[in-house]
Amino acid sequence: MILEHIGLSQINGSLVVLDDVDDASYDEMVELRLDDGSHRVGRVVMIEGKRIVVQVFEGTRGLSLDNTRTVMTGHPMEIDLSPEILGRTFDGLGRPIDGMGAIFPQARRDVNGAPINPVSRVYPRNYIRTGISSIDCLTTLIRGQKLPIFSGSGMKHNELAVQIVQQANVSDGSDFAIVFAAMGVKNDVAEYFKSSFEKANVMDRVVMLLNLANDPIIERILTPRCALTIAEYLAFDLGMNILVVMTDMTSYCEALREFSSSKGEIPGRKGFPGYLYSDLASLYERAGIVEGKKGSVTQIPILTMPGDDITHPIPDLTGYITEGQIVLDRNLDATGVYPPVSVLPSLSRLMKDGIGAGYTRDDHSALANQLFALYARVQDAKALASVIGEDELSPADKRVLKFGKAFEQKFVGQGFTNRTMEQTLDLGWELLGMLSRSELDRVDDAILDEHYKPATE
Amino acid sequence: MSEPILIHGINGPVVTIKGKTGLGMMEMVYVGEQRLVGEVIGLDSQKTTIQVYEETGGLRPGQPVYPSGGPMCVTLGPGILRNIYDGIQRPLPAIEKRSGAFIGKGANVPSLDPDAKWDVTLTVKVGDTLSAGQVYATCPETPIILHKCMLAPGKSGKIVWTAPNGSYTVNDVVAKLETATGEVEELTLCQKWPIRTPRPVETRMGATRPLITGQRVIDTMFPIAKGGAAAIPGGFGTGKTMTQHQLAKWCDADIIIYVGCGERGNEMTQALTEFGEITDPKSGRPLTDRTVLIANTSNMPVAAREASIYTGVTLAEYYRDMGYHTAMMADSTSRWAEALREISGRLEEMPADEGFPAYLPSRLAEFYERAGYVRTLDGQEGSVTLIGAVSPQGSDFSEPVTQNTKRFTRCFWALDKALAYARHYPAINWNDSYSEYTSDLAHWYYDNVGQDFLSCREELAGILLQENSLMEIVKLIGSDVLPDDQKLVIEIARVVRVGFLQQNAFHKDDTFVPMEKQLKMMQVILHLYHKCQDIVARQVPLSQIIQLGLFDKVIKIKYDVPNDKLEMLDDYINEINQALGRFLNTDYRKGE
Repeated sequence: MILEHIGLSQINGSLVVLDDVDDASYDEMVELRLDDGSHRVGRVVMIEGKRIVVQVFEGTRGLSLDNTRTVMTGHPMEIDLSPEILGRTFDGLGRPIDGMGAIFPQARRDVNGAPINPVSRVYPRNYIRTGISSIDCLTTLIRGQKLPIFSGSGMKHNELAVQIVQQANVSDGSDFAIVFAAMGVKNDVAEYFKSSFEKANVMDRVVMLLNLANDPIIERILTPRCALTIAEYLAFDLGMNILVVMTDMTSYCEALREFSSSKGEIPGRKGFPGYLYSDLASLYERAGIVEGKKGSVTQIPILTMPGDDITHPIPDLTGYITEGQIVLDRNLDATGVYPPVSVLPSLSRLMKDGIGAGYTRDDHSALANQLFALYARVQDAKALASVIGEDELSPADKRVLKFGKAFEQKFVGQGFTNRTMEQTLDLGWELLGMLSRSELDRVDDAILDEHYKPATE
Repeated sequence: MSEPILIHGINGPVVTIKGKTGLGMMEMVYVGEQRLVGEVIGLDSQKTTIQVYEETGGLRPGQPVYPSGGPMCVTLGPGILRNIYDGIQRPLPAIEKRSGAFIGKGANVPSLDPDAKWDVTLTVKVGDTLSAGQVYATCPETPIILHKCMLAPGKSGKIVWTAPNGSYTVNDVVAKLETATGEVEELTLCQKWPIRTPRPVETRMGATRPLITGQRVIDTMFPIAKGGAAAIPGGFGTGKTMTQHQLAKWCDADIIIYVGCGERGNEMTQALTEFGEITDPKSGRPLTDRTVLIANTSNMPVAAREASIYTGVTLAEYYRDMGYHTAMMADSTSRWAEALREISGRLEEMPADEGFPAYLPSRLAEFYERAGYVRTLDGQEGSVTLIGAVSPQGSDFSEPVTQNTKRFTRCFWALDKALAYARHYPAINWNDSYSEYTSDLAHWYYDNVGQDFLSCREELAGILLQENSLMEIVKLIGSDVLPDDQKLVIEIARVVRVGFLQQNAFHKDDTFVPMEKQLKMMQVILHLYHKCQDIVARQVPLSQIIQLGLFDKVIKIKYDVPNDKLEMLDDYINEINQALGRFLNTDYRKGE
């Protein structure tokens, strides 16, 4: 027999309170049945004796204290999974919204997942090619890595996300798929995502989860969890290499803040809950490779830095958890460079072990170091030029400045093209050719002999 | 047994029980039918508050809570080394065997393998009197570390029975002890100790010996003493973890406890594999033979993260009591402080600075004060060195965790984003960092490294300071306008920065540099500087000297001179003399 609890004691934002419930367990799912026949789902977030607090996913609009009957389901939030989910589109809670019918489940999983035992992890090696030079060469994405993109409102992170989804691939021909989770995106942006994937004919290797800006925030909190559960299923059960693109994490964190304050929790920095770090970690740490399993889960979370402030709690805490970051730059964006990747603050921590001979090419590491070092000099030269004028610079500084311009225009600003690893690395060498050999202090002579060709003017 | 204790409320990792329970403060309890590990953190006549070290999903009110009768303890005995634990000393490899790649709930696995046999030698005989801290049995725990089983603090008595030497498991009785009251206690190879209580020592001694790390910027510029405490603050991407790894790999402590506290899973895996591959330069054995890893990654339960620091330092103290020098790296204490804040928030305590609880400074002090160079109860010398990474929010060093840590550590290695962007590692900023141990260690350096070590160090620091003020001018008007003697300072400071402070962790010779080479490198750099000063004073243009390429050659010493061929450094002095002698001679003839 299923027990129904009639009525509610209190409604506050998306939270409802029930009294006299004695069969609730923490974190379990409940179903709320309204008198008009509709029903909503919720989750137990606090228990105090016989009083329980439930967060309602679809929002509490239309609920009243006596038109609702509540049923405890006895299990945590779970999601239906099957190999057929590839190519499908879901809402933020993992329910199909593409009109192609329900999923015939082969497995059901708790969306919260469980932490990977550090002993069972395999250290990530080998890379995923995105076809974007600034990422592939300088901040290479490694399988099993979590590498966020820090953007700002108005910058072209949506285009970049689409480009990555369209182009990303693995070089060794193993199974590869993408889980794309959109959180709090505007309707037209969601439409843009959908149509771009269809146009590029990549939909058959993409699982899409869409939580729109006007969808309930509670749903948004579960969207990345559903996406990662799908990814873990595809990776560790079906042995595929999975790239999870999540945009926009800022919306997610704001949903979390809204939810936390409606529960009456003590806020931490900028009103975000004190557990924001642990919460983000419980998402990001689900990237990885597990011993004895073929697949891998790689993450690219995308977030917009409020006010372009990298010290804001969201990018700050994200940076502490993820293995590097790709930062977009507003100045580059304004000068029409696309993708506007700001090279110096961008970093991929796992890159050093996933590139070079056997993965990309033996000169990759030295080339990347040299480009970094030179581009750092470009900044110095620029700063000096802004004080004393470009004409007063030494010939060496002028050369460096010229290199910087070409680097930004050709190497970083590649537009919507898909470059192979070879093309990217060769272009890097072509640019280094603008400088004299003695200025390339980070590269061994042997590699210089093989790749360095002075530019002919 | 009195009536069962039942769960009343659940909120995240905090579970409450209504009414009086008879539980003690800080008592360890098992919560629910899955027996999740928890600890009592609040008591009043109305309710008892418990923090649970595991995920609380699925718990229900009305489920039982089982008391354990004592505070949260670690089990101390052979088998700790080479192991990898979570924050409450559960061995992760054993958990993997039980529940696979993902950590399940309620995994109660013994901390020490109950089946492993140890080759035990009894060091006491019947009739011996034994006081706290004295050794009654030893066994080789790894080929380089001899494990000593000591009588637990607070106990004493007479040995009335001993087992013969042989192989035993940790729970086998190897001796029996009659206490003053006439009771007979069985002694096994292991003992328990509450993690939040420091283990007693005979006396604390001054910290006068350095912890040699092989990292030039640390050993030479900002040294840390054995038994000292240091903080490494730095924003993300500045190389905190990298620096901690380098210290764990190369520092000359006998035992390393590496605590990954709320950090990345992949980093722990990296540490795990790397430590197994690298051999210790002193013993020729894998580093794992002297290492314990405690991995409580950021997605593992937050309450266990809070405990992991204490677990680590208790293990460090245990090995210190055997007379070893131990070093504990905690990465990162900010995550620990955040765990404190998170739990404090759940308890609805009044927040202080930035939402951290008001007791944050006293907790930090308690932790860092467990470092020290001591004479143990057994009369041996041992030490615990604590090195804590701090991850300040937004790289802002004025936040509470960094500020309070600064108060309780005497060594401060400030990591700098600008240096890290320029790929200058270790990115320890020489202007913001300091070490208060330098004067304490002066004697040791004088006696063991070289009499001119400290004067060289000071001169190097002086050059960097001068460069710093000169750079202000250069930034405004460019370097061309400076007189040659100041240009020389900038040039030689570059040599110091790139050739000395910057160190390549991936280069086989540069990753660890012995003290002798550090001193000689300084001598070569300063010799070059002094010679050039002479020449510049004779109006020889600096550009002519630079053309000789001596500066770049000296910068490359770190790669070109292997650590076992230090005599090569004398050739550099000769070469400098020869190359520069030309200028001195020219000038001399002119003077005639």
